[in-house]
Parts: sequence; structure tokens; C-alpha cells
Amino acid sequence: MSAFGESVSTAANLIASADPALMRIVALSLSVSGSACLFAAGFGLFGGAGLAVARFRGYRILVLLLNTLLALPSVVVGLVVYLLLSRSGPLGSLGILFTPTAMVIAQTILVLPVVAALTRQLVADALRGSGDQLRSMGAGPLTRALLMLVHERWAVLLVLLAAFGRAIAEVGAVMIVGGNIDGVTRVMTTTIALETSKGDLPLALALGLVLLLVVALINALIALVQSLQKGSAVR
Amino acid sequence: MTTPRSPSTAIDPPKESGLAWGASARRPISDPALIELRDVTVRFRDVRALDAVTLDVRTGERVALLGSNGSGKTTLLRVLHGLQRCEGERVLHVATKQAMVFQRPFLLRLSVWANMMIALWLAKVPAGERADLAHAALHRVGIADLRDRPARVLSLGQQQRLALARAWAVRPRLLFLDEPTASLDPGAKREVEALIEEFAAEGMTVVMSTHNLGQAKRLASRVVYLEGGRLIVDLPTDHFFNDRLPEEAALFLKGELHWT
Repeated sequence: MSAFGESVSTAANLIASADPALMRIVALSLSVSGSACLFAAGFGLFGGAGLAVARFRGYRILVLLLNTLLALPSVVVGLVVYLLLSRSGPLGSLGILFTPTAMVIAQTILVLPVVAALTRQLVADALRGSGDQLRSMGAGPLTRALLMLVHERWAVLLVLLAAFGRAIAEVGAVMIVGGNIDGVTRVMTTTIALETSKGDLPLALALGLVLLLVVALINALIALVQSLQKGSAVR
Repeated sequence: MTTPRSPSTAIDPPKESGLAWGASARRPISDPALIELRDVTVRFRDVRALDAVTLDVRTGERVALLGSNGSGKTTLLRVLHGLQRCEGERVLHVATKQAMVFQRPFLLRLSVWANMMIALWLAKVPAGERADLAHAALHRVGIADLRDRPARVLSLGQQQRLALARAWAVRPRLLFLDEPTASLDPGAKREVEALIEEFAAEGMTVVMSTHNLGQAKRLASRVVYLEGGRLIVDLPTDHFFNDRLPEEAALFLKGELHWT
């Protein structure tokens, strides 16, 4: 059997036997990225919706900046959070560097622009066709924006799924602020990087397959949401 | 009210009716004005969507705004309703509760009932009164049995009735309708017209834009004809359809107005 075939077979066994180490890593990955998306949703949905109806000096520049942050490199986020949380940094006293909390913070910062920028665009587009009617009914700017979040809830879910996809697939930020400590901060992507560098391809490949499975699940969810959205759009 | 400017001034007003096209004598002066526009102009970049329009709307009137595409009907409605900024003066004489129904009403992707409740919430109706009002309004427009259906699966006619229910539920004194039957089939059109007539009969003041001359004849007590953003004719409905009119309005009535 070739090395690749052997790796795939080992990977399949690890998954089939629900290897405890593998499961722990997967669970931590889901928990860190899920929490980050939850926090990013809390700030990003309302921030993005508010930004869609806000008008102030420098608004266009802020939107430009926000859209630019969509391409924020994860290693840069990791580095900034590392500097903030390191012992000599301004938040060093919290003592949370190399913990899952630091990883959640880093991933929240990473996906917040995704949620906020896409929500802003979504709400602004939706209001283009309905804003006047809601105004006519007595809705203020913020109320209009929040009603659009309800109206476009399927698209909002899609935004959150996209953010989750970005969080769970990134490696740079969690590697820097988490430190890839076995049993503490080791997640799927950092383990893949580590095991590959060690030459332990089966575990790396197994994790790669699980990661792909998670991403496939996200894609399936997105497809489901899109079909629901299409259904409600024709209504 | 001032008589509209040229080109209507190029032809003498009709002598037989004793009314000017500006029609300051069209109704009893004792009716209080709900809303007044004085020399209102709206510009969209270089285009004047409304050009020095002076108009008032008095209690109990049913005003039809007529004119071809781009004549300024919708802009005028939006100015009257306060949705459109303008140059000139807009005076709302009393704290008049207003509502507007649009050609394609916007309905949230929620149930009919939720749409009603949100409309009442936005209109600051006390929470305890909303359910009764929503039920009465849906019943009033004949779609009470559809209350649990998603609003967006309703037919266009039913959606328009829901929009009318939303408007009626807040008990406006002044109701603006922007081509409310433009995209409806004849049956739905009749139903919506009947509702508008009933609302007006209840004392609601109605201002509606329409292309439909028959509809203006059936529903309106007064017709305002616009062209190129200018108010050309403002007459009681009988006079509008029977008197001699300025050339543009006469051509519009004959269906011979060129495209603008």
C-alpha cells in the first residue's frame, strides 16, 4: 500500500473508532470557533445593521476600512492579540495567553469584520427597496435596520455560516495565541500543521478529513439555507 | 391656492364652469386644510421632479393625482406624506395621523398576523390594543382567515388588502395611495377600489396617484393633473372630465399624450 493509501486507511480507522485524542481536538475546535462566531454575531450583526443606516462624516472611509478587513490575515490578528495578551502587553495581567479564551478572542476579531461588513451590505440592499415603506409606517433608522435582520434572517444565517467557516479553517491566529499545547489549545488546524511537520501523516490526514467533513457540513447547511431563502424569495 | 403657471395660462380658463384650472373655488372654504404645499420644488440632480407646486388637501377630500409616467405624481405623494425633502413650504395643519399604501407593498417575511402587529407597534399603538385592532383590520379587508399564512405567499390582491389593513388599523385621517391597483387583475382591482371607497366614506381623506382615468372618475372628488413636475389642472372630478382643459391635459384624457 502506498504511503498515501496507508494514511487514508489510518485516518479512516481513527475516525471510525472515535479516537479520544481526535475527538478532543475536534470538540475544542468546534467550541473555540463556535464561541468566536457567537461573540462576532453579537457585535457584528447589530454593528453592521446600525452601520447600514448610519450617516456621519467619514462613513465611507469606515465602510472601506471594514470591507478591507474582510481580507485580514489571521497571523496578523494572532500577532496583535499576542502582543496585547503577552506578559508585557497592556492586557498581560489577565494571564489568558495560551488558553482557549485567547483563541476565542483572536478568532472573534478575525471574523467580526466578516459578519459586520456582510450584514451592513445585506441590510443596506434590503432597505433600498423597503426603507421608505417602513419609514412611512413610523420606523426609525435603527428599527428599520433591525427589522431587516428579521426579514433577511436566512441570509443572516448564511453570513454566520461563512464566518464560522473562516474561523474553523484558520491556523495562524490560534497557533500564535494558543501555542498549540497538547490537550489544552490544540485544535484541528494546528494539529495538522504540527503532525505534518513531524511526519505523522495519518493523524494529520485524519484531522484534515474531519476538517473537510465539518466544512462539508457547513456547505450543506448553506445549501439548505439557500434553498429555504429561494423558497421565501419567490413568496 | 395659486393658479398653475404656464402653459395652462396660455389658454383661457373655461368660462362655462366659472372655475379656474387652479380651482380655488372647487369646494367649501370652511373645510379645514389638513396639509398645504406652497411653491414646492423637488430636484433630483438636474431634473425637476416637482416644479413650484402649490396644493392643499382638505378634510374629507378624495384627490386623484393624474399624469403620465414621470409627471411627478409619486414625488408629490411622497412630499405630502413627508418622505421626500423639498424646497418650498409643507404645512401640516394638525397632528394628522397619516398612512401610505404603495404600489408594491413591502411585507416582512413573516405571517400576516406578525405583519399587522409590527405595523401597529411601529405606529405606537399600546400593546393591549394591538390584537383587537389587527383582528378588526384583517376582518375589515376580508383576509382574517389568512392570518397565519406567510404574508409573501398571498396573491398580489391579497397583499394589497393586507397593506390597506395595515394602514386602516392605525386609523389615519389622511391616507396616501400610490397607484394602489396598478399591478392587480380586474377582480382584485375592484376589491381594492371598493375598500378605498369604503375608507373614504368613513371620513378618511384620501390622496391617490393613478394612471387610470376610470378609477379617478369613480373614486375621486377632485383631480390634480401633473405634467413634467408642474401642476397643470386642479379641478373637481366632474369639471375635469367635462370642461375644456389645457392642451396637455386634454391630450392625456384622449390618450394621445406623447411619451416623456
